[in-house]
Amino acid sequence: MSSSPADAILSARGLTKEFLGFRAVSDVDLDVREGTIHALIGPNGAGKTTVFNLLTKFLTPSSGTIFFRGDDITGVKPADVARLGLVRSFQISAVFPHLTVLDNVRVALQRKAGLDTQFWRSNRVLDRLDDEANRLIDAVGLSAFAGHDAAELPYGRKRALEIATTLALDPPVLLFDEPMAGMGVEDIGRISDLIRRIAKGRTVLMVEHNLSVVADLCDRVTVLARGEILAEGDYDTVSSDKRVREAYMGSEDE
Amino acid sequence: MTSLTQSGPARPEDKAATAAHDRQKNLSRIGLVVAVIAIIGLIAAPFFVYPVFVMTVLCFALFATAFNLLLGYTGLLSFGHAAFFGGAAYFTAHAAKVWGWEPLSAILLGAAGAGLMGLVVGFVAIRRQGIYFAMVTLALSQMVYFIFLQAPFTHGEDGIQNVPRGDLLGLVDLNRPLNIYYFVLLIFLVGFFAVWRIVNSPFGHVLQAIRENENRAISLGYRVERYKLAAFVMSATIAGLAGGTKVIVLQIATLTDVAWQMSGEVVLMTLLGGMGTIFGPSIGATLVITMQNYFATSDVPVTVIVGVIFVLCVLLFRRGIVGEAIRLMKR
Repeated sequence: MSSSPADAILSARGLTKEFLGFRAVSDVDLDVREGTIHALIGPNGAGKTTVFNLLTKFLTPSSGTIFFRGDDITGVKPADVARLGLVRSFQISAVFPHLTVLDNVRVALQRKAGLDTQFWRSNRVLDRLDDEANRLIDAVGLSAFAGHDAAELPYGRKRALEIATTLALDPPVLLFDEPMAGMGVEDIGRISDLIRRIAKGRTVLMVEHNLSVVADLCDRVTVLARGEILAEGDYDTVSSDKRVREAYMGSEDE
Repeated sequence: MTSLTQSGPARPEDKAATAAHDRQKNLSRIGLVVAVIAIIGLIAAPFFVYPVFVMTVLCFALFATAFNLLLGYTGLLSFGHAAFFGGAAYFTAHAAKVWGWEPLSAILLGAAGAGLMGLVVGFVAIRRQGIYFAMVTLALSQMVYFIFLQAPFTHGEDGIQNVPRGDLLGLVDLNRPLNIYYFVLLIFLVGFFAVWRIVNSPFGHVLQAIRENENRAISLGYRVERYKLAAFVMSATIAGLAGGTKVIVLQIATLTDVAWQMSGEVVLMTLLGGMGTIFGPSIGATLVITMQNYFATSDVPVTVIVGVIFVLCVLLFRRGIVGEAIRLMKR
């Protein structure tokens, strides 16, 4: 068990999750370095999403420790993890479907503005968040859709909206769970560009299946298989690893 | 990249966005007109309709409106709301009859008692989600029912009868039909406005986000249990306001008010009228109470008719009456 490097913003040591005796995640050590885009890849059922849920406390680890900026956050509740600056997305696009695009972003902004508990005031006070909300909406190319319900957006746009709401919190660490899942080529290009752009000055950890996206976008790659870490390094190192190629055999032969 | 940041004027989508915005504005304008007409109608009502009937409708409309704050705007299905409605009824009845309290203070005591019960029930229930939440509220409200069945002050099966209407603030004699009618109308309007305000407040905005996607709200840093508990207590308090007022109107508090059938009835009223719409629950309550009155003397059991209407509602217009109307207007 090694101590984490000084520039690691998010680390896990011995992270383990058992479901009724099944070890979904087994003794995972992970260091995400500040300012990098870090990918978590692996075949289906490798435990990638479980690791994600453990890191953001949507699941409680059976054992192991999680550190954020050197502090132990293993016992912190999910909402408080987000408040610390570790904000995640979900595999299924996480928007508020029957709120407008503008309202989706305003929900994310209103907590920091201290406008989340007033039940006696008109929600017109939220109008003062509109400038910032529109700026974020514009940044992800959704200004034309600001008045539409999020449910009406096509899939790729929903993802863009989700990124805008995440950015509204201005978090130092972003965790994306398969941001490109189920997207067409055009959308993948768009979201890749967007992630590259917003990753400046932040740290990104993402689960991704699309290996060309990973090769293109990520500084560092961790490969999981059967809940354990198989390999770690930059994309070229990892992709030439024999065990990694075995794990992916059949789905990713070159 | 350019496609991400383009921001030229006069794109067709901009017009679409404005159109959506205008539709929203139109809807709220229609809502305002409906509210004004309804208030005028309610002020005139006692001269045309039997006042006790309208007052009963108003009490149940307020009860359903309070319930809708949870179901329609927070996404929580409570199956135990009779505990707050009926609990408040007993508190108010006891205060007015045994302690000789003035009617408004008795009603407020009932509402406060219901809010306190809501704090306890809500505290336990919000730890569970979906159907489990509904089951916990049902179980706890059955416990409440049992307590009221056994407690000596409720007089068991007899209930608390002949509750005096008394003098409002010691000044206005509520035994005169018009006096009590406008008193009840005022309470209804205050309660209704409170729910409307909560729904259309920054806090209500967060509640709707929780209804739409709880996990996402958590991942944006919201401690959702606190918002849910606050909404639960608010809903229970206003349900209590309705229950207490009903006692002053009908002068009786009975086990019917706390029974699980009452919890079911308020679900029915809300769904029939349209959950998540501000007027829906009131319209649903009006329909259900009117039918109960109308069919009370007929050979067909009223529960069968209400049941059939409920089935039709779920099959044919799932959004409820007001929900469907809004959908048609949005087209």
